[in-house]
Amino acid sequence: MSTSTLSAPVNRRDFLKLSGLAGGGLALAFYIRSGGDAAAQSAPTDFSPNAFIRISPAGVVTIVSKQPEMGQGVKTSLPMIIAEQLEVPWKDVVIEQGDFDTKKYGNQSAGGSQSTPSNYDNFHLLGATARTMLVEAAAQTWGVPAAECRAENATVLHKSGKSLKYGQLAAKAAALPVPAKEQVKLKPESEFKLLGKRIPQVDSVKIATGAPLFGIDMKLPGMVYAMYEKCPAFGGKVVSANLDQIKTLPGIKDAFVLEGGGGVKGLVPGVAIVADSTWAAISARKQLKVVWDEGSVVDQSWDKFVATARADAGKPGKTQLRKDGDPDTALKSAAKVVEAEYVYPFISHANLEPQNTTAHWKDGMLTVWTPAQIPNLAVGLITRVLGIPAEKIKMHLTRAGGGFGRRISADYVVETCAIAQKVGVPVKLTWSREDDLRHDHYRPGGLHFLKGGVDASGKVVAWKNHFFTFGEGGSPGSGGSLHKDELPARIVPNFQSEQTMFATGWPMGPWRAPGSCVFGWVFNSFIDELAHAAGREPASVHLELLGTGKSLPGGQGGRAYDLERFRNVVKFTLEKAGWGKKKYAKGQGAGLGYYFSHRGYFAQVAEVTVSKEGELKVDRVVCGYDIGSQVVNLSGAENQIEGSIVDGLGVLMTQELNIERGRVVQGNFNDYPLIRINQSPTKIECHQLKTANPTTGMGEPAIPPIAGAVCNAIFAAAGKRVRQMPLTRVDLRWA
Amino acid sequence: MKYTLNVNGQSRTVDVAPDTPVLWVLRDNLELVGTKFGCGIGQCGACTIHLNGVPARACMTPVSTVGRMKITTIEGLAADAKKLHPVQQAWCELDVAQCGYCQSGQIMTAAALLKDNPKPTDDDIDGAMAGNLCRCATYTRIRTGIKRASELAAGGKEAAQ
Repeated sequence: MSTSTLSAPVNRRDFLKLSGLAGGGLALAFYIRSGGDAAAQSAPTDFSPNAFIRISPAGVVTIVSKQPEMGQGVKTSLPMIIAEQLEVPWKDVVIEQGDFDTKKYGNQSAGGSQSTPSNYDNFHLLGATARTMLVEAAAQTWGVPAAECRAENATVLHKSGKSLKYGQLAAKAAALPVPAKEQVKLKPESEFKLLGKRIPQVDSVKIATGAPLFGIDMKLPGMVYAMYEKCPAFGGKVVSANLDQIKTLPGIKDAFVLEGGGGVKGLVPGVAIVADSTWAAISARKQLKVVWDEGSVVDQSWDKFVATARADAGKPGKTQLRKDGDPDTALKSAAKVVEAEYVYPFISHANLEPQNTTAHWKDGMLTVWTPAQIPNLAVGLITRVLGIPAEKIKMHLTRAGGGFGRRISADYVVETCAIAQKVGVPVKLTWSREDDLRHDHYRPGGLHFLKGGVDASGKVVAWKNHFFTFGEGGSPGSGGSLHKDELPARIVPNFQSEQTMFATGWPMGPWRAPGSCVFGWVFNSFIDELAHAAGREPASVHLELLGTGKSLPGGQGGRAYDLERFRNVVKFTLEKAGWGKKKYAKGQGAGLGYYFSHRGYFAQVAEVTVSKEGELKVDRVVCGYDIGSQVVNLSGAENQIEGSIVDGLGVLMTQELNIERGRVVQGNFNDYPLIRINQSPTKIECHQLKTANPTTGMGEPAIPPIAGAVCNAIFAAAGKRVRQMPLTRVDLRWA
Repeated sequence: MKYTLNVNGQSRTVDVAPDTPVLWVLRDNLELVGTKFGCGIGQCGACTIHLNGVPARACMTPVSTVGRMKITTIEGLAADAKKLHPVQQAWCELDVAQCGYCQSGQIMTAAALLKDNPKPTDDDIDGAMAGNLCRCATYTRIRTGIKRASELAAGGKEAAQ
């Protein structure tokens, strides 16, 4: 495989950075040609008004996708925006993956469901700017006003009936100045032909035929294959290893110790084995004997922390996040009080493509091919730990076999680069599945000790939560901080939330919809408990706790809750699901879940069957969503929703890591099972609630509501309240 | 050791250790990287190939045990190199994949299912596909994709692109 298969080169031009073009208060960069383009790789007659668009005289339209693609569909959806405004037929567009080059492309990070909202406006402008220039080129050719011309189907048409194809106009357009954004007219939503349609992703044929695409598929001339053994206990160091014996084994080129640096999420100390094939490295590793200094985390175990949390639950939390009114008095005078402990374990990202990177260190230059989500962080880590300056690092972005937040961390990248520095030839590092599960940057587990009270009229009047979370050093792991404004704060009059953190040496990192992915479950479930305690129809209580006002400032992730959008999407979803209109047999029922995260308002109704033997089947999930006015690619958007629902269900049903003596017990999919097709819902329906709001991302916000929806449905069906993840630990049998 | 293998109808000779799984022979020696490494213990199905037409886990199949059996990989699934197999066609048409990493394994298992059972029910599909993990959880589309492939294989009309 040539390197160009994974990362096609794009033309280099000199770009002038313009800023402040995007709305919404975001300082987004936008790069436009300044004029000097002598270094261009493309033919001088190509029309390339910005780093993302190239039109050749032969009429080939190339659009560069700058963001890392990991299955979120961004390599298709962002170029679609340009194609829409550019007026080119989608089937004729060639999409190239851009290398990592922020000077050329601006921000290139894939995380937080940000790719769409942070590029949407700019990408419309990029496409429309190019179209405006092509129209101007035609108008000048014909000597007519541009206003008499329009663009359609990669062609500029004059009202007289004359027409010129984009390819014919490329050379002339290339000589025109790039217009200011005020001179560029954007095509309005009402005229969109492509956005909102179902478009299969651009790499679908390559995926279906097994073409090389992923980081792990890299092969370079003279490349060697590496594996890397780290201490099973977090923070452990190498004392000694039988390197001399390893070096004598078949196919082994080298074996050496890396001291590490940069902490538990940096270059972790270990032993590298470099071989002439992956299997030779795997085989030699079975003979590897390392003496470890296991460090200080060996006295840290999940079970011990849980026992401490249970013992301390009634004591004041270390941090008081919020206190409104007088929750203790309100609980004393409440008509009904519910107390509950909700607990969820640490889990792994378990990307199906194990972590890997290929790197080549030569003449003081480091070339890297990696499936990183945020390449900028990878470059930063390499510089910090290995001392290689950013300008000496060339990074190519490969497709990632799943992201889910794992590849925001760059530990596997820096490991490869450290090995590459030692071997001096191209080297591919591949992690085993065991490496991946035992050296992830985990989603932290947590415990919530909740007390809630309802008054005689069935209104929720008191709420107390003591949340126990986990952190590395001084602060909670990603997603392990409860926001002081998290609902139903400010709606329940007597409200208190407290947080106590256990300091661990365990690496943690963002897991798809950090925090939200578990808080949604806990709070949707506990509100449901309070509704049932009050003897009320649960949806009415859920809606009541979404308030009556228009908005609440400082909400999830610092973004205000638009309570009106929130209530509307819940009502819309209930209606689509036929809530309250169906009669269910015993063992069947429906439940509601809803959440606001990553700028998206999502609600889900799950219908489930629980057999007397306690087996769960999710029969139907109805998802209503408000991500603003315009879905970019309907196929990709619904794929994200469907996948998120099944992913969130899988977390609820099966996923659990035990950490004992500072190390992860599970090692592979035999003891860390992921959800399978036979456990997947029978039917998933997606319904968009269009609102006049900016378009937002789809990668995460469909996750948080599902576990609450399913658990509330389980209660309706079988009278069993689920307060623990995963369900493998919960007895759902009923008589 | 030298082994002469029948891979996608071609005779290929490799010099590897006898215990080398076919997965790594395909990926490292023959540059057929469509067959994926996911777990190494036969749990995920990302490495599914056909041995004499029957789905097998390439990560658990030592090269020394293959002999003259016909190895089919995702790259050789389509009988006609210029045309996609109906399962591949359905996968593209319905945009089944997200990250796509597991999909060659899914497609290989689905193709074998349809050969034995041209019109599978949901239960048949769940039964046959339960050994293939999809971390992006595209299972609902995999079910639809198999049904669409079944239509295409029976001469169903292709969707206009």
